[in-house]
Amino acid sequence: MPKNLFQKVWDAHTVRQLANGQTQLLIGTHLIHEVTSPQAFGMVRDLGLKVAFPHRTFATVDHIVPTDQFIEPYADPLAQAMMDELRKNCAQFGITFFDRATGKQGIVHIVGPEQGITQPGTTIACGDSHTSTHGAFGAIAFGIGTSQVRDVLATQTMALGELKVRRIEVNGKLRPGVYAKDVILHIIRMLGVNGGTGFAYEYAGSTFDGFSMEERMTVCNMSIEGGARVGYVNPDETTFAYLKGRPYAPKSTNWDAAVSHWKSFASDPGAAYADVVKINAADIAPTVTWGINPGQGISISENIPSPETATSADDKAGIIEALAYMKLPAGAPIKGTKINVAFLGSCTNGRLSDFQEVAKYIKGRKVAPGIKAIAVPGSQIVALQCEKLGLDKILAEAGFEWRAAGCSMCLAMNPDKLIGDQLCASSSNRNFKGRQGSTTGRTILMSPVMVAAAAVTGQIADAREVFSVTQN
Amino acid sequence: MALAKITSVTGRAVNVPGNDIDTDRIIPARFMKCVTFDGLGEFLFFDVRKQLDGTEKPHPLNEPRFKGATILLSGANFGCGSSREHAPQAIAKYGFKAVIAENFAEIFFGNSTTLGMPCVTASREDITKIAAFTEANPQGEVVIDLVKLEVRFGAHAVKIAQRESARDALVNGRWDAIGELIDGLPAVKITAAKLPYLVA
Repeated sequence: MPKNLFQKVWDAHTVRQLANGQTQLLIGTHLIHEVTSPQAFGMVRDLGLKVAFPHRTFATVDHIVPTDQFIEPYADPLAQAMMDELRKNCAQFGITFFDRATGKQGIVHIVGPEQGITQPGTTIACGDSHTSTHGAFGAIAFGIGTSQVRDVLATQTMALGELKVRRIEVNGKLRPGVYAKDVILHIIRMLGVNGGTGFAYEYAGSTFDGFSMEERMTVCNMSIEGGARVGYVNPDETTFAYLKGRPYAPKSTNWDAAVSHWKSFASDPGAAYADVVKINAADIAPTVTWGINPGQGISISENIPSPETATSADDKAGIIEALAYMKLPAGAPIKGTKINVAFLGSCTNGRLSDFQEVAKYIKGRKVAPGIKAIAVPGSQIVALQCEKLGLDKILAEAGFEWRAAGCSMCLAMNPDKLIGDQLCASSSNRNFKGRQGSTTGRTILMSPVMVAAAAVTGQIADAREVFSVTQN
Repeated sequence: MALAKITSVTGRAVNVPGNDIDTDRIIPARFMKCVTFDGLGEFLFFDVRKQLDGTEKPHPLNEPRFKGATILLSGANFGCGSSREHAPQAIAKYGFKAVIAENFAEIFFGNSTTLGMPCVTASREDITKIAAFTEANPQGEVVIDLVKLEVRFGAHAVKIAQRESARDALVNGRWDAIGELIDGLPAVKITAAKLPYLVA
């Protein structure tokens, strides 16, 4: 019987059925960071357990690292304590740690792929909901809580129920100025922030076939914002070309066997899906959020919703709550909304191609007066790649502060925070209340090029007009 | 590792209405700068419950009549957002023993179950009934019965639902899978030996 990738990977990693009907699933690759692992190591110690497969766990530090301070101890003693704890745990249990001194540190979802650790047909878990990013490679990647981090450390497995699979097909060519970020914001707007609960999303269609790995990662990254714990793209030549030669990728003698093994995991023609959704790429516009969850999005040319146009009582209550928090006028164009901060970076859009695309358009332009603009590469390697190409200088000349790698202002666990009710044009993934470090701070999510357009005009703007975009 | 068989939760309830209450709202990220979960309870819903200076904002959890409630009522998609176990940990450490909502985000639901904190779903209409009961009787007892899959309050009873794997794990005292997972380690090694990327 034809199977989809999720079923194949699930079957290959099933250890056994547990008493409650869940599956004991083998997690081939475990990624950890400083925020959700210390308690898990504590539990492992308290229970007198060991790390079962220490060579299959990889660590980095991302959430709390300052992007403008390089020398420890960090100004924030709590951040330093978390750093020290991770270092100690990795040393004690023999876990590879991509610490800053290795030059390979970065956001965990950027480090895994760039090291070639993220591979097709594998299972991946990490104590972070954006672990779905790794699905871009045809892996089944789960965001997990700390108790499950403990489970994976102690047994390399976890207890899980199987997910249904929804195939989301996007076909055709994106219009100029429309990016992968717009595709996922469009999908979430369409299917809702909890539309994916209980599902894995399989992204397919000619648009995805034509996407680079970085574009696929941007989409898979935000699956969880649509409620789907897992999102993936079937592996193909683009996937294999990306992986070839990376440090943890199979070496040349094993390469051909690995590729044919990886190909065997791709969904079979005729595989069954719980649901299929089809989207025409040409219908997707540059999309921005206006509210307090990632599903509250509109195209750049639309007006901010008003309670009167609500489709249900819930929708109305949601609009009222969101507009009150966002301090945005109901029914007015979103275009022209004044911003205070522009943030480029995050596990969604902190990769080389994101900065290349911004640099292409922002070269010779200036960030509007009074706007704080920061550009935070997703990893030390991304930073180096950008610096070799001179992108850091282009961004700096435009008025962006070029920072060191980390999660930074996506969730503001480090010193990069909004102040008061500042409004931020952000390439990150969440616009929840208080997300960017101020309890009244406001976030509008968008693609990196749209962030650049907002930065140079000082307001939410259509990048296609600001930069005269005629082709991608 | 004998775990309690959680067949029911009895206590007073408090309603925190709203849909899409996300994990950043439940526990803002700045309180995750910690290496243990101890003390997270006091930061539960911090930014909607308190001003920056620590004084209280109007919020159901701040109302004296609801102090000591152990059952949390809420709306749809409760716990959406991040995978942070800090969210259910903060709810549990605050003193809650169960959550009743219209539905739950996937990761939050699993994290809560693993802590032995049942998350059960009920219809909007029935949650409104329970909320009305607690509003009128803040000291009134609410019973979540995981065997009969109902919630009883005053003279009323309403149906609830829970994913069977979670219900089974709770009522049979196997909601924390670690013991079972360890028992499976010999089988884990066999499965791992069949996967090329784990053999290399």
